[in-house]
Amino acid sequence: MSGCISPSDLAQARRLVALTDAGLPLVEDPWAWLAERLELDVEATLALLQRLQADGAIRRIAAVPNHYRLGYRHNGMTVWDVDDEALERLGPLVGAQPFVSHCYRRPRQPGWRYNLFAMVHGRNADDIERDRQAIRTLLGEVCRADEMLVSSRILKKTGLRLTGASSPARQR
Amino acid sequence: MDELDRRLINRLQRGLPLVRRPWEALAQELDADPAVLRARIQALLDDGTLTRFGPMFDIERLGGAFTLAALSVPEPRFDAVAAVLEAMPEVAHNYRREHAWNMWFVLGCETPEGIAQAIARIEALTGLEVLNLPKETTYHVGLHFPV
Repeated sequence: MSGCISPSDLAQARRLVALTDAGLPLVEDPWAWLAERLELDVEATLALLQRLQADGAIRRIAAVPNHYRLGYRHNGMTVWDVDDEALERLGPLVGAQPFVSHCYRRPRQPGWRYNLFAMVHGRNADDIERDRQAIRTLLGEVCRADEMLVSSRILKKTGLRLTGASSPARQR
Repeated sequence: MDELDRRLINRLQRGLPLVRRPWEALAQELDADPAVLRARIQALLDDGTLTRFGPMFDIERLGGAFTLAALSVPEPRFDAVAAVLEAMPEVAHNYRREHAWNMWFVLGCETPEGIAQAIARIEALTGLEVLNLPKETTYHVGLHFPV
C-alpha cells in the first residue's frame, strides 16, 4: 500500500467518498450503481476500485459493526517504550495480534517516552488487561515501560474530513 | 441474530470481494441467496448492529495531513478546554483518557502547516502545551470484532 495514486484516480476516489458517504446501496449490482454516477462503464469502475484497494486508498468495502452493540465496550490505548531497533521487527508482530485494531509507531517527545501504540478492544476490563499482558510477553525485554490509557468519555466524534471536499469521510 | 447473521458479519468485516458479481460470490461462499444476504444486512443496519456498509477509505492516502495529539488538562478546566476543541473543525475525534495526558484528539488539515497552525492555536487558546504524536509507521489497521 505504498506508491503514488494517479491524479485521475485521486479525483475519482474523492467522488467515491462523497457518493458513498451514506454507504453503498444494497443493490444487486453495486458496481453498476457506482459506474452510472462516476460516468464510467462497469468494468472500468471495478478496475478503479481494485486499483484504489491495491494502493491502500480503499481498505475494503466492508460492514462496520457497532462494537458496543456486539458487546465490545472496553478499549484501551496501550503504549510501549520499545528499543528503536527492535521495534522494526516487533511492531508488525504486535499489529498482527487479532485483538489489536490499530498499531503505529509514533515519536517520543519530552514528557512522553512511548514509541509504540496498539489499540485493544474487549468485552470487559479483564479482556483488555489480558491483551495487554499478551503484548508485554511478545515484546519481552526490549520493552522498558508501558501503560494502558482507557477511554472514559467520547468528547467529539465527527470523523476525519476529506480536505477540499464537502462530505465527511469516516475513517473507521 | 442467527447463525447466518453471525457468519455474514464476520465475513463482511473482511470486505466484499471486488469481483464482477460480488453478492453472488458471497452467496456461494456462505451458501445462501444473494438477495437474502442483502436483506439481512439492511436489517442489521436498521437495528443498529451495523453502523455502515460501504467503502472504508484511508483518508490520509487521499491527501491532507493528520496527527494524534494530547493535552494534560487541569480537572477544573476540562469541560472548557473540550469546548475549545469541539469548536475547531480541524479536530476530528476527541476522547477523555484516564492518564495525566487526559485529552486525546486527532487533527486533520489540508497541509502539514495547517497542523502546526492548529496546534499553535490550541496552545494560544488554552495556555496548555500540546503533545504532538504524528504516526511514523503504520503496522496495522483493521478492526475485527468476531461475533
